[in-house]
Amino acid sequence: MALLGQTVICGLLLGGMYALIAIGMTLIMGVMKIINLAHGSLVMVGMYVTYVCYRAWGLDPYLGMLVAMPVLFLLGCVIQHFLINRLLEVESVLPENQVLLTVGISLVLTEVIRFIFKSDYRSIATPYTGEALLVGGMSISIAMAVGFVIAMVFTYLLHLFLTRTDLGRAIRATAQDREAAQYMGVDARRVTVITFGLGSALAAAGGSLLLPLFYLWPDIGHLFTAKAFIITILGGMGSTTGALLGGLTLGVAESLGATYIGMGYKDVVGLVIFLLVLLFLPHGLRSLVRR
Amino acid sequence: MHRYRIWAAVALALLALALPFIFNSPYYQHMLILILIWAALGTAWNLLGGYCGQVSFGHAAFFGLGAYSAGLLYLHLGASPWWGMALGPVVATLVSIPIGLICFRLRGPYFALAMLALGEIFRLVFLNWISFTNGPRGILMVAARPGKILFYYLALAILGLALWWSYLLIKSKFGYYFVSIREDQDAAEALGIPTTRYKLYALLPSAFLTGLVGAFYMNYVAFIEPNVVFSLGNVSVMIILVVILGGVATLWGPTVGAAMYIALGELFRAQLGAANVLAFGVLVCLVILFLPNGVVGEVDLFKRLMGGKRRGDVGGSLGSP
Amino acid sequence: MEARRIVKRFGGLVAVDDLSFAVREGEIFGLIGPNGSGKTTVFNLINRFFPPTSGTIHFGDRRIDVLSPHQICALGIARTFQVVKPLRRMTVLENVMTGAFLRTGSVRRARQKALEVLDFCKLMHRKDFPAGKLTIADRKRLEIARALATEPRLLLLDETAAGLNPRETEEAMDIIRQIRELGVTIIVVEHVMKVITGICDRVMAINFGREITTGPPAAVVNHPEVIKAYLGEADA
Ligand SMILES: Nc1ncnc2c1ncn2[C@@H]1O[C@H](COP(=O)(O)OP(=O)(O)OP(=O)(O)O)[C@@H](O)[C@H]1O
Ligand SMILES: [Mg+2]
Repeated sequence: MALLGQTVICGLLLGGMYALIAIGMTLIMGVMKIINLAHGSLVMVGMYVTYVCYRAWGLDPYLGMLVAMPVLFLLGCVIQHFLINRLLEVESVLPENQVLLTVGISLVLTEVIRFIFKSDYRSIATPYTGEALLVGGMSISIAMAVGFVIAMVFTYLLHLFLTRTDLGRAIRATAQDREAAQYMGVDARRVTVITFGLGSALAAAGGSLLLPLFYLWPDIGHLFTAKAFIITILGGMGSTTGALLGGLTLGVAESLGATYIGMGYKDVVGLVIFLLVLLFLPHGLRSLVRR
Repeated sequence: MHRYRIWAAVALALLALALPFIFNSPYYQHMLILILIWAALGTAWNLLGGYCGQVSFGHAAFFGLGAYSAGLLYLHLGASPWWGMALGPVVATLVSIPIGLICFRLRGPYFALAMLALGEIFRLVFLNWISFTNGPRGILMVAARPGKILFYYLALAILGLALWWSYLLIKSKFGYYFVSIREDQDAAEALGIPTTRYKLYALLPSAFLTGLVGAFYMNYVAFIEPNVVFSLGNVSVMIILVVILGGVATLWGPTVGAAMYIALGELFRAQLGAANVLAFGVLVCLVILFLPNGVVGEVDLFKRLMGGKRRGDVGGSLGSP
Repeated sequence: MEARRIVKRFGGLVAVDDLSFAVREGEIFGLIGPNGSGKTTVFNLINRFFPPTSGTIHFGDRRIDVLSPHQICALGIARTFQVVKPLRRMTVLENVMTGAFLRTGSVRRARQKALEVLDFCKLMHRKDFPAGKLTIADRKRLEIARALATEPRLLLLDETAAGLNPRETEEAMDIIRQIRELGVTIIVVEHVMKVITGICDRVMAINFGREITTGPPAAVVNHPEVIKAYLGEADA
C-alpha cells in the first residue's frame, strides 16, 4: 500500500513539473497552430543555462532558473520572429513544412550544445539532492516536492497573466480566432513572438526544476518533446488546465508503469495513451469530464 | 519531345549501370549505395507524403520491420537474410493496413503525430522484447557476403522499382486522386473519392518499398539494432528531409535529395568534423525557408515562369516527373 | 430526392429544425433564407458531410443519410461549395478530370469528358491555369464544372452567384438553365433574388432552420413572412 501511495505521489509531483513544460507547448500550439518539435530542445537549453549558473557561480538551480527563463524568452522570440513567422509567408506543397523547420531548429540547438559541452552526462549535487521526507512510510524526494510547488506557483501566475492582463487577453484572443483578434486591433505577429518567448521561458523553468532529478546531456530534449506532446494532446490543445491535468495523468501513468510493468515499457504506456486519446478524444481528457 | 525523353531515360539508365565502375573504390561505392537506399526510401515516402499529403513521421516502423524480418529469420531459423527481402516488404505491408485504417481518421498534423507515436512504439517494443529481438544488443550477421557491386545493382533495382511504380501510379487516376486528397480532402470526398481507401492505396506501396529497403539494409550492413532502424531522428525524419531537399511530389526529387543529402553529409563530415550535424541542421532550416519545394520542385516552377509548358502532369508544377 | 423531418443540432444551436421537402425530377428547386438560416447545413446533410441528428433522406428509393459523402456522389448527387474549395495546385483541367474519374478509370476518357465540361461551362480558356490562381467568378464556375464532371442526376449549387457582377450572374444563370436541359435536377441556394425568380420552378424559404413557405418563386419572394425574415436580418 505504501508502495502504491509513494508511486502515485511521485508521479503527481513529477507530473506537475512536466505540466509546466507542456503548458509552454500548449500556449505555442494554441496561438500558432504549429507543432513544435523543438520544445524539448528548449527545455534542454534552459537546463544547460541553469547548469552553467550552478557550475560557474554556485547558483542554486531554483535561482538559476531566474536566469534561464529570460535567456530562453529571448531565444524563443528570436526563433519565432526570424524563422517561424517567416515560414508563414512561404508557399509550399506541405503545410507540415513548419513541423520540419522545428526539427531543424531542434537539431541546431542540440548540436550547438553538444559542441560546447560534449555529449557527457552531467548532474548537479545540491545539499538536498538525495534527501527525502518520510510521510507515513513513504519517502518523498525533497527536490520533487519543492519542484512541484514552484511549478504550481508558476502555473497559477501564468493563469493570472492570461486572464487579468491585456497582453494575456490578447494572447488568448489570438489563440481563439486569429483573424477576429486582428480585427480587434491585436498585433498578431507580436503576440506570436511573445507567446513563443513565454512558452520557451516556461520550458526553461520546467527544465530547471527537473535538473536536480535528471542526468543532463544534449539529447535529453527528445524525451521532453515526447512528454510535452503526450500531455498536450491529453489535455486538449491550447488549454492550460488541460495541460495540468494531462501532466499529472502522464506522471502517474509513467510512475505506475515503471513500478508495475517495468522501466523499459513505461514510455510505451505513455505513447499508447497518447494514440488512444488522439484517436478517440479529439479534445483531450477534458471531453471525458464534460460528457 | 517523347523521343527526347526516351533517349534521356536510356542515357540515365546506362549511366546508373556504369557508375560503380566509374567510381571504382569501396568508399565511393558505399556512398552510391547509400544514395540509392535513401532515394528509394524517399520515393516510397513521397507517394504517401508528397502526392497524397499524408505526412508520415513514422516510416521508420516499416523500415525497421523490413530489416527485422530479415534479421529475425536469420536469428531464429538461421535462414539467409536474403529471404528477408521477400518477407520484409510483406510484413511491412500487412502491418501498414491496420496502421492506415487507424491513423487515416486523423488529418494533417494529427496524422503526423500519430505516425510518430507509432514509430516510437515499434522502436520501444523491439528494444524491450529481448527474448524475441535480442533487444538493444541487436542482430549481427556473420556470414560471407558478396561484394559491393552486387549490392549496388540490387539497390539500383529497388530504386528502379520504386520509381516505376510511382510513375505508373502518378500518371493514372490514382495520381489525380492522391493529389486531390492532399489539396482538399472535403472536396475530394464530395467528388466521389473514397479518401480513406485511396490513402491506403498510397500507403501500401509506400510501406512495401520501405520494408524492402529495410530488408536490403540488413543484408548490406549485416547489423541492426532497434535504435538504429526504428530511429525517429535518423530514419523517419531524415526520409522527409531527403524528400523536401529534392522536391516534394516530384518523381525525381527524392533521388536528387538523396544524392545531395549523402554528398553534403560527407562533405560536412570531412570539412567540419564535430560540427557536421550542426551544419546539417542549419541547412535544413535554410532549405525549408528558401527552397520549400525542393530543388526539383523549384526548377519546375522556374521553367514554368520562363514560359515552358508542361502538359498532362497532375498537380501542376508539383506532380511532374 | 426527399427529406423527411430532418433536424441538425450543433450543441445547443438548432441549425435545421424539422424540415421536410421533396424535389421532383427535372426541376430547379430554390432554397432561400437569411444568413445563418441553415441552407448550407441542408446541403451538408444531403451529401452527408455530417449525419442528421434525426430524420431521413431518400434519393429515389435509396435511403442516403446512412451513406458516406463519396458514396452519395457516386449515386449521382454532386454539390458545389459556398466557400469554394479548388484543388489549388492542380490546373483547372486536372480539377475537372478528378471529377470525371468517378465514371471512368481511363485518363484519356477523363480528359475528354473534362474538356467537354469545360467547354460547356465556358472555362476552356482557363484550362491550364492553376486553380488556386483563378478569379472568384472562375472559381465558382470551376466548382460547377467539377461537380458536373461526376455526371450527377441531382446537383446542389450553393450560392454560385454570390460575388459575381451582373454579366457574370447572367452567364451563371444560362449555365444553370443549360444544365437542366441535360436532364439534371438542381437545388439552388441563393441570396440574389433575380436568380431565384429567374430560374427556379419552386422555392422553399427557411428561417432559423424552419420552413416558412414553399411555392412558386414570385409568391414566395413576396410572402410577408419571408420579407419579414429578411428585413429582420437587415434591422439586426
Ligand atoms: N459545423 C458547424 N458547427 C457548428 N455550427 C455550425 C456549423 N455549420 C453551421 N453552423 C451554424 O448553423 C447555422 C446555419 O448555418 P448555415 O451555414 O447552414 O447557414 P446559411 O443559411 O448557409 O447561411 P449563409 O447565407 O450565410 O450561407 C449558423 O448559425 C451556423 O453558425
Ligand atoms: Mg451558406
